[in-house]
Amino acid sequence: MRSFSYVSAPDVESALTAIASEGAKFLGGGTNLVDLMRERIEQPETIVDISRLPLTEIEELPDGGVRIGALVRNSHLAAHRVIRVRYPVLAQAILHGASAQLRNMATVGGNLLQRTRCLYFYDEAAPCNKRVPGSGCGALGGFARNTAILGTSEHCVATHPSDMAVALTLLDATIEVESSRGTRRIPIADFHCLPGETPDVETVLAADELITAVELPPVPVARNSRYRKVRDRASYAFALVSVAAALEVEDGVVRTVRLALGGVGTKPWRAREAERVLTGTPATADSFRQAADAELAAAVTLPDNAFKTGLAQRTIVATLRQLTEGSPA
Amino acid sequence: MAEITLRINGSAETLDVQPQVSLLDALREHLGLTGTKKGCDQGACGACTVLADGERINSCLALAMQYEGREITTIEGLDHPLQEAFVRADGLQCGYCTSGQICSAVGMLAEHKEGAPSAATEDLEAAEEELSDEEIRERMSGNLCRCGAYNGIVSAIKEVA
Amino acid sequence: MTVVGAPIDRVDGKAKTTGAARFAAEYALPGLAHAALVYANIARGRITALDTTAARAVPGVLAVLTHQNSPTVKPAPKVSMLNLSTLVSGTQVNYLQTDEVHFDGQPIAVVVAETSASAKEAASLIRTEYAAMESTVDFAAAEPDAKVQPNNPLMRGEEKKGDAEKALSEADVTVDLRFTTPPHAHNALEPHSTTAVWEGDHLTVYDATQSIDWVRSHLAVRFAVPTGNVRVLAPFVGGGFGGKGSVWAGTLLAALAARATGRPVRLMLTREGVYRTVGGRTASTQRVALGADRDGKLRALIHASVARTGRVGGMPEQITSQSRHLYDAEHILVRQSLVELDLLPNTFMRAPGESIGTFAVEAAIDELAAELGMDPIALRMRNEPAVNPMDGKKFAHRMLREAYTLGAEKFGWHERTPEPGSMRDGRWLVGMGVASAYHPANRFAANVTVRLSADGTVLVRCGFQEMGMGGATAQAQIAADALGVPFEAVRVEYGDSELPMSPGAGGSMQTASIANSLLEACEKVKHSVQALAKRTGGEGYEDILRRANVPHIEAAVGSDTRFGRIAGQARFMTNFLLEQRRWVKAAAGVQFCEVRVDRDTGEIRVSRWLGVFDIGTVINHKMASSQLRGGIVMGLGMALSEETLIDPRTGRIMNPSLAEYHVPVHADIPPIDVSFLDDPDPTMPLGLLGAGELGITGVAAAVANAIHHATGNRVRELPITLDKVL
Repeated sequence: MRSFSYVSAPDVESALTAIASEGAKFLGGGTNLVDLMRERIEQPETIVDISRLPLTEIEELPDGGVRIGALVRNSHLAAHRVIRVRYPVLAQAILHGASAQLRNMATVGGNLLQRTRCLYFYDEAAPCNKRVPGSGCGALGGFARNTAILGTSEHCVATHPSDMAVALTLLDATIEVESSRGTRRIPIADFHCLPGETPDVETVLAADELITAVELPPVPVARNSRYRKVRDRASYAFALVSVAAALEVEDGVVRTVRLALGGVGTKPWRAREAERVLTGTPATADSFRQAADAELAAAVTLPDNAFKTGLAQRTIVATLRQLTEGSPA
Repeated sequence: MAEITLRINGSAETLDVQPQVSLLDALREHLGLTGTKKGCDQGACGACTVLADGERINSCLALAMQYEGREITTIEGLDHPLQEAFVRADGLQCGYCTSGQICSAVGMLAEHKEGAPSAATEDLEAAEEELSDEEIRERMSGNLCRCGAYNGIVSAIKEVA
Repeated sequence: MTVVGAPIDRVDGKAKTTGAARFAAEYALPGLAHAALVYANIARGRITALDTTAARAVPGVLAVLTHQNSPTVKPAPKVSMLNLSTLVSGTQVNYLQTDEVHFDGQPIAVVVAETSASAKEAASLIRTEYAAMESTVDFAAAEPDAKVQPNNPLMRGEEKKGDAEKALSEADVTVDLRFTTPPHAHNALEPHSTTAVWEGDHLTVYDATQSIDWVRSHLAVRFAVPTGNVRVLAPFVGGGFGGKGSVWAGTLLAALAARATGRPVRLMLTREGVYRTVGGRTASTQRVALGADRDGKLRALIHASVARTGRVGGMPEQITSQSRHLYDAEHILVRQSLVELDLLPNTFMRAPGESIGTFAVEAAIDELAAELGMDPIALRMRNEPAVNPMDGKKFAHRMLREAYTLGAEKFGWHERTPEPGSMRDGRWLVGMGVASAYHPANRFAANVTVRLSADGTVLVRCGFQEMGMGGATAQAQIAADALGVPFEAVRVEYGDSELPMSPGAGGSMQTASIANSLLEACEKVKHSVQALAKRTGGEGYEDILRRANVPHIEAAVGSDTRFGRIAGQARFMTNFLLEQRRWVKAAAGVQFCEVRVDRDTGEIRVSRWLGVFDIGTVINHKMASSQLRGGIVMGLGMALSEETLIDPRTGRIMNPSLAEYHVPVHADIPPIDVSFLDDPDPTMPLGLLGAGELGITGVAAAVANAIHHATGNRVRELPITLDKVL
């Protein structure tokens, strides 16, 4: 790890002051950044430790939504009663990510900024347009089992690795950020960027902006929601495919549906096309399949990840089927 | 270099560290507390698990400076029935993952007692799930054991839970 | 009062559960410095420029060693069967001595600094330029050019009985199948670590090794000092599985760095460093062809494998080993071929050969059973040989029939409905599979001393290695029974080259090798006591020794003098060859597996496991069960998730990480029911056969067979990931 200077920020204001210095980065739980620094992929000159900031509250909002401080630990969020009851998909997504130790460290804000697990991103000897713009993409023609099939470009096929962010995408969360210029609120759908020609640009967050909170709107359908993660071992592995789904069925017809995917997209993937196709159709496996196919029609695959199209379709169908069984008819 | 004071196993330890020094290296290299192990230094094996204010964390991904003021417990500071249970159930072979397994299990039992769910918890609304084998295995999955002592570890935890 | 067999708790359990056990990187020597490595990132070529300026400028850096400034190190000795320690070199590369790069990952510089943080930072600042040379790194592309492996004293590269190809072409029912297995990495949780200190021409190393004596000989040669000047200590080793059986770059470079700086040096490899500098299991392709009569009688068995070594080292794996012994086929052909690649050499990994060889042959047997419409156990019993099929030699011990009978009953095999896909449980497709486990048994020469003291305590001394097998506990049990003293009276010293010489921990041989000498030493002690008793009288050891005014009686087996060692090795080789001529010796067993496959996603969960094993006499049921379970767990990783990804374009390992190389986690592992037949092998000391490697054999086949039973899909390519099952 390269040496750096360390500043611990007692409050938001001092954090925003400290981040102004050249090459400074915020450090939350450290579960991703410290690893990347050790791998020399991140080389900040200054670390602004924000872990002591008072952004650790989970508050119920008057409208039925929830406001989550950016430094709430993943494990605390998943264990929170309101989340478990109103947004089970979010609790499950978090609990399916990483390990208990990492969830005790990782913060909500930091989780949104997790960087890809693409093997070529992680190896400083390999070409990677995300790590070194213009150097090429090692995953094309290389090992690409864990790469994306949706939202890719010829420059990058890396997936966004977060489970939590998939659930937040499903829930239309809003991300609150602060900087010396003030506060802004970013819908999660606009927060992560597609790689396009600039895969190194992963979010719309400016270098001096601090995530302070994530807000969940009231989402009644989320009471009947699930997160299903398919991976290469039973636990402690990143997703090959994951599905976040919320479903309300009335008289055998899909009244409301929300669907988001992980492991297949270059960003947490809201499956709006599938939602559109499915809404108002009979809640049957056939409809689920057609909706999944509609979303996955845009998939662009490599030999190593071609299986993900079929796997995603089947996982979507299975998850919706399970929710149908659990949904009050 | 900066002087920091860490609270380890109930006593205050003052040491000079570079900012990049992890809590794990501070324990092992600066304080001689080598019971906490380094298996991967990347948060992928759990051998470095310690308790911070009673919660299990991976000390390899924790910068020492970030943990000033937190109460750190390592295997050297534990006196827990799990330790003997591990020996009885043969929940170890080479012993290298053992400290992490034990610290992790101590943290896990506390989490479960507080009603924290896991990925194996089917009903998230239920007050408290029984600590089944499946729950133990899921909750302990952040601790790899390459000798494959998993069965013995689960038995030891069940004996104490 | 017998303690052999008793499920005694391991004696070092307390040290390991309190954090007191100290591993190789945990010795805080005064003045200790820390080392970090820099690795080449081309497969083959020369270093044309190496800029260490920035590295040397990092505060606390003591030295940056490269081929431009390194002290001289002698080359690794040529492999010789007259001096088996020559087998210990992981590679033939003489690190930091030339500008040549022989594989991606080769260490090309060592930084020594006051702290590990400074050493690592400085290592990251070294800039290197290369002139790359043409390299061959793609196993799949090179495979057609494989050459038949030359014979060696332990195994012939090709063996035949009759004309298997002809018999195959004439058989009623045949299968002719191709299997592939990927490279694997040991991933012992303790990364390879060495703490080295020189005092004049004397070198002490605390090393994570399973080969104390050979490391000592090897370091003496490389640093041109007498063997007696080198001391190797390894009281605790954090897992090895073969990966710590050789001397790899880290051990050498720690000793080199200590010599160059005059400071004690600790080098703990990073996890990436383990992948880049310590070999793993070879990839393989295997053809298994079987021909049988309609009643299941095997007419032809062909098993041909291709594996790889490195251009700068590596060893052939005995992939067809079990196929020479398992089935009574009329015509047999086994052949092992090799390609040589510009990669980090392969090395021993738990049951080298049999682990992946049993996958192919035991899956093929299952396929033949399906073709025949026979139960796979019935097919195996139909072809269970009375003598070694290849040459009619006697089996020293053979209990596969008993293992199958007991296993089938305990597992409930009769509940299996043969039709694939016929067993379901909700969303899960359920399958049951079975396969044989097989691993050859041998022993090496070991030197042991036993001291009986007047206070009734016993001290056993032998420089063996402890990586979790429970050697000290097992040998104490053996000594206790041999001398008729309580288990608690016996203390065992091990893990130090100053102790009488032990063979390395490998080939499942350690326990038997030491037991053999230990029993002999105990006999000598008893004779001496009896002689004393005749002179001075008394009853019981303490009384006899007290009356004779003898503080202790000590007996030694084997000699640690140079000539003693040569004689010991000659005795071993003679004995080995004689025994090989007379007997076929092996540990064996049967693996039963139940899997559940998610009908939607293809996710595979192993829900039940049962193994019945013949390891001869079981010394400690608790620890032996653990060791067998450990092998099975590693086998499950091999079956379902493990693969070292070597980019065929560059020869570079792309997943040098426990995050991306998936070893099994707690959630992957069901309760594993282990039983032993516990019947002594008449040709082995105390009747014991090794237990370290048997457990992994047959596992992948049992899983593959169960998956077929659950889904109707045959997957012949490891690992069996869900996309292959969908």
